[in-house]
Amino acid sequence: MSDLTIGSRTYLQREKNPALPPPRLTSGPLAWVRQNLFSSIGSSVLTFLFLALALWIIPSLIDFAFVKAVWSGDAATCRANLDGACWAFIRDKFDYLRYGSYPIDQRWRVDVTEVVGAVLIFWLLWNGAPRRNVAALLFFIVYPILAFVLLRGAPLIGLPVIDTSLWGGVLITLLMSVIGIVFSLPLGVLLALGRRSQMPIVKAACVTFIEFVRGVPFITVLFMANFMLPLFVPDYLTPDRLLRPMIGTALFSAAYMAEVVRAGLQAMPKGQYEGAMALGIGYWPMMRLVVLPQALTTVIPGIVSTFIGLFKDTTLVAIVGIADFLRTVETARLDPSWAGPTISPTGYLFAASFYWVFCFGMSRYSQRTERRLSKGRKH
Amino acid sequence: MANTSTLVKPDRGSILNDPKARSLFYQVVLAAVVIAVFYGAYSNTSRHMADAHIPTGFSFWNAVAGFDINQTLIPYTQLSTYGRAFWVGLVNTLLVAVLGIVLTTIIGFTVGVARLSPNWIVAKVAMVYVEVIRNIPLLLQLLFWYNAVLKPLPAPKQSIQIPGGIFLNNRGIIVPDPQFGAGSGWVGLALLFGIVASFGFYGWASVRQKKTGQQAPVLLVAAALIIGLPLLVFFLLGSPITFEAPVLKGFNFRGGRQIFPELAALLLGLSVYTASFIAEIVRAGIQSVGRGQSEAAHALGLNARQTLRLVVIPQAMRVIIPPLTSQYLNLTKNSSLAVFIGYPDLVAVFAGTVLNQTGAAVQVMAITMAVYLVISLVTSFAMNLFNKRNALVER
Repeated sequence: MSDLTIGSRTYLQREKNPALPPPRLTSGPLAWVRQNLFSSIGSSVLTFLFLALALWIIPSLIDFAFVKAVWSGDAATCRANLDGACWAFIRDKFDYLRYGSYPIDQRWRVDVTEVVGAVLIFWLLWNGAPRRNVAALLFFIVYPILAFVLLRGAPLIGLPVIDTSLWGGVLITLLMSVIGIVFSLPLGVLLALGRRSQMPIVKAACVTFIEFVRGVPFITVLFMANFMLPLFVPDYLTPDRLLRPMIGTALFSAAYMAEVVRAGLQAMPKGQYEGAMALGIGYWPMMRLVVLPQALTTVIPGIVSTFIGLFKDTTLVAIVGIADFLRTVETARLDPSWAGPTISPTGYLFAASFYWVFCFGMSRYSQRTERRLSKGRKH
Repeated sequence: MANTSTLVKPDRGSILNDPKARSLFYQVVLAAVVIAVFYGAYSNTSRHMADAHIPTGFSFWNAVAGFDINQTLIPYTQLSTYGRAFWVGLVNTLLVAVLGIVLTTIIGFTVGVARLSPNWIVAKVAMVYVEVIRNIPLLLQLLFWYNAVLKPLPAPKQSIQIPGGIFLNNRGIIVPDPQFGAGSGWVGLALLFGIVASFGFYGWASVRQKKTGQQAPVLLVAAALIIGLPLLVFFLLGSPITFEAPVLKGFNFRGGRQIFPELAALLLGLSVYTASFIAEIVRAGIQSVGRGQSEAAHALGLNARQTLRLVVIPQAMRVIIPPLTSQYLNLTKNSSLAVFIGYPDLVAVFAGTVLNQTGAAVQVMAITMAVYLVISLVTSFAMNLFNKRNALVER
């Protein structure tokens, strides 16, 4: 056996290579820390920087909101403690933030409306619930009528009429959102179908409306609904001051909804339309039974994010003098008898948590639905 | 041909079932309804306006406004016309939109990239930012910045001083005021030339790359042209631009440039809020580029930076830019929330004060909406052109 030698080079090695060191840990908490927090010098610096930031912000926020907060007492107790939130203030103003100036002895009507609405929404959104189509019918048709009768009042059945100028707080915010949701979805579907229609005039009308509304700020739509709607209609039709922003809100979100629905319609394979047409069913049954159920489920995330946008946009109705939740927080915050440096942060913290819980809940629901549907679509 | 004439025309059935007739009928009905609604609105409006003595023309445009605006970028006094007030408002809107777009792009891209960081804590902090900010109404954030952060700042005498001659107090942010001496025009000219020359160089470099495959150091040359050249001219001419530092005199500051708290709050609120959406767009865009793309680039021998710059980013941008533009438009439209904190933008000045003083609701609202519509339509038109040029051509 001789070495495989060419010239002076040896191509066959005689000795074993020295053993490599064992591989670094790839599992366990220590390896995780090394990979995810200290993978390089830059990464380590960032880790320390953000850790310091988190250790500064989170404890001071918890301190402010809970540990050092004033839970009960009056304005003087709050003024004496500048390090913590003044929850006593929220407690004092809670009913005002809930109902606005709705008469105290009639507030049960608001509670009933809200509870019925919550039950219907839960029924509608809960997957395994029986007869969800009944829930849809109740929510989209019966509930608005019931809510109108209960909130506004009907002297016929012994409920005194409450003027809408007394409504306020969370009631207005929820009402605006629900009205917007109930009307914007069907309107948006109609506009989207119109935009994809073969009929040139229908298409032009829908495109004009959608592009016009999407091109202007919501505030100008509200201004228009508030100042110009009464000019447009005959005197006997002049809408109520609360109805005007509602119309504006519904039309505004309908235009955005239309674009979301259109995306769903465009994503449908042509075969679905052709299959339905081959079966000889008409336009509306085809849309109702074949196209829309599929198109709408594919765009559930878009629909929900339009709802979230609508919910956040209800804060703008304050510009036309409607006392929505944020507006009541502003009014309460400026109450001179509670004046103090911690009042504004407390009010904003409370309002932010309220909006955040609703919006985050909605976005989580849409993510879950999306995941469930995508699981169903996989083969 | 002769045979066909003898054929009996097939029975099409009732005209009610003819799709063409139906479609024509529906459209005529729709057109009639639309015209009736518009005519009704028009006649009602003109009657209402006559009854209430609301001006119907645009003669108010040249009347004296008689109110003050605290921030004006173009000359304006109480004696200026309503038309002038309109331009002041429009310029203020555009100012906040442009500054906001720059700021939100920086924050948004940083947070979006941070969400994809391999560093766990960086990714989590970015996620918390996005989830918290985008689920809270913009108006609430604006009010928070204005009423809870900027307004409680100390009075001018106890200003918070930031290195660099910047002062923070309840009247705003006071920064050194640049003074343009003789010769500063040349510096501006050099800057302009640098920008134009950089574009030219970029064009030349991409043509050369397509032809020969050789790359030119575009970024380096552009930096030299845009930053280096004006700096060189600046020092050659003996520093014609100086900064006048603000000085506390009595109860207020002399000199320096004051950024009003309204503008600062609006800018902060708008860019922080919009950035949370842009971050998600950026993340989705980067994730949309398939793994195979970067693996193929590595296999070709490109290093990590080249892969990112030449393969991933160009493809991600194609996905990012259309929704990014609509976020820019959203920011511009949302700048109308200025009216809630008293920043004199188009809506606050024109659709607010001017409308209330003149009562010309229809004309004022029409003009205001037309301005936003023009901005939106021009942007989406440009966007469509861009999309056509950059759309992915398959096969």
